[in-house]
Amino acid sequence: MNIKDIFKMSLTGLSTHRVRSFLTILGIVIGITAITLVTSLGNSAEELILGELKTLGPNNIFVIPGRQDASFASGSALLTDSLKEKDVDALSKKSNVPGAVKVVPFVFGPVTVSFDAENYSTTLLGGGGGIDEIYGLETKDGEFFSADEVYQKAEVVVLGSKVAEELFGNSDVVGQKVKMKDKTFRVIGVLEEKGQSPFVDFDKVAIVPYTTAQQYILGYKYIQRIAITAKDEASVAGTVKDIEQTLRDSHNITDPDKDDFFIQTQKDLAATLSTITSVLTLLLASIAAISLVVGGVGIMNIMLVSVTERTKEIGLRKALGAKNSDILSQFLVEAVLLTGIGGVLGIFFGSLFSYLGTVIAYRFYDINFPFSSPISGALLGIGVSTVIGFIFGIYPARQASKKSPMEALRYE
Amino acid sequence: MALIEIKNLSKIYRDNEIETVGLNNISLKIDEGEFVAIMGPSGSGKSTLLQILGCLDRPTSGQYLIDGKFLDNYTDNELAKIRNKKMGFVFQAFNLLPRLSVLENVKLPLIYGGYNEPERNKIAFDMIKLVGLEDRINYKTSKLSGGQKQRVAVARALANNPRVVFADEPTGNLDSKSGEIILDFFQELNDKGHTVVVVTHESYVAQSAKRIIQVRDGRIESDVLVKDRRIIKEDGLIK
Repeated sequence: MNIKDIFKMSLTGLSTHRVRSFLTILGIVIGITAITLVTSLGNSAEELILGELKTLGPNNIFVIPGRQDASFASGSALLTDSLKEKDVDALSKKSNVPGAVKVVPFVFGPVTVSFDAENYSTTLLGGGGGIDEIYGLETKDGEFFSADEVYQKAEVVVLGSKVAEELFGNSDVVGQKVKMKDKTFRVIGVLEEKGQSPFVDFDKVAIVPYTTAQQYILGYKYIQRIAITAKDEASVAGTVKDIEQTLRDSHNITDPDKDDFFIQTQKDLAATLSTITSVLTLLLASIAAISLVVGGVGIMNIMLVSVTERTKEIGLRKALGAKNSDILSQFLVEAVLLTGIGGVLGIFFGSLFSYLGTVIAYRFYDINFPFSSPISGALLGIGVSTVIGFIFGIYPARQASKKSPMEALRYE
Repeated sequence: MALIEIKNLSKIYRDNEIETVGLNNISLKIDEGEFVAIMGPSGSGKSTLLQILGCLDRPTSGQYLIDGKFLDNYTDNELAKIRNKKMGFVFQAFNLLPRLSVLENVKLPLIYGGYNEPERNKIAFDMIKLVGLEDRINYKTSKLSGGQKQRVAVARALANNPRVVFADEPTGNLDSKSGEIILDFFQELNDKGHTVVVVTHESYVAQSAKRIIQVRDGRIESDVLVKDRRIIKEDGLIK
């Protein structure tokens, strides 16, 4: 008996119970659909996030206060107030960080912007001069504040397009006065619509000089981020080293393990985020895999029923000279074919749903969610479903092959 | 040398500690070219004897020889090969696979016998022609009458050109005319040199054999040659 004979027999066996075969593989179809969908959407999400991250600019370096490995167990404070004005000054010195083209401190916090009776709660971003260039922001009306205005703690604000629209409707915004924390600010600019961004939604932001934010709104003296633009991508690594050295000197730190700041580059962020999305994808896929086990048990159950029902057939085949291994292969291939077909259907539906998901995200939520071809998910799905067929098919197939021909023939 | 020989063979069934004696110390020889009818009342052990002779079951004790070879230590697979190469089976309940066509049913033993597809088709077609069902070759066997089904079973039993054909009550589910056709096939086969062993409780079936073995309570009660053998073709019942 050759492989072709085995497949033909198994297919005949399955086609005699079409409805039952279909219902049996539903569990597998659902499981593989879920896995394909999750891995495909996970890949899409990763692509989307990494794509967004690129808008940060590959030359930008972010200094963040605190200790990266600060754990509650070690009892160390989170040190969120470790970056001060003097650090900005130190980093701005060419002799300290020769690769830095721009050093921009910033702070952020929640704020409510008011105009007449209208209130809008959103994120306040306090930046140094040049924050617009760091994030690639453009104004559609008016302009950004200057370094002088930062120095003078000028009471000026640049509003996100959405904030402006909510507060002022379609009327002119530049030159109007808004209130934040009982302080009056003059609107000097409105941002272009930018859409989604990885960390801040710039359509819904209010940007003021960081000095102003510290003084009048947030009420503290420390700095939450320092963004530094390096000359070019190649000099990022060297610049990071210079920044570390400068800050250690400034903070009197000799042991790098005791750094009270950490540094992120676009590359670091990309690596971190892609780890997070991969772990999430894996987690979701594992949950989906549980349904495969359930499906597998269903297959085993039906195969056992089928073996019992077909006891006479097994006896007859044995009487005609089928070896135990012939019977074993026939039933095992039936189980594997069942799960394999389930796997193929699952991949089809998973890809379809994933594609529909990206279309819906684009149409209704305006998110440019890239469709990620689920090839790795598909291969995984086929592999997993075949293995499931094997695992849950082997026991019923063995039961079938062990039947004595005489007892099987007698079975009623 | 006998085709099949059994010596002091017993078969005891155990079910929940209760022992039932199927065969009790039987010795028997069947030579090449014989046509043997095994008779006896129900529960006498005649079917058990056929199953042992047909290598469908293993004896509890005693010896079994085919072509002079002891089968004591044969594995399941070796027995399967012997059944496939040397034996053919016809059952009372036909035991065809109902969803398969006539051709596919007859091809079954050939699939397990290692023939390639063209050989299978040719042999199966010849066998189906032999039993006169060539116009039904692609019918599902569930669509056939009882007599036609048993003819398919005969074709299947002959496909591997077996040395011996075992038949367990082959006419039990058939009307008398269909039964006679089957018996005629057996006589023709036997004339061509095949050994035939038929289990039956009907004397007219036994009378068409050459030798009758009476079994009772798991023992051989009598073993005689048939005197007035019924030759079916001469009775004018066929064709």
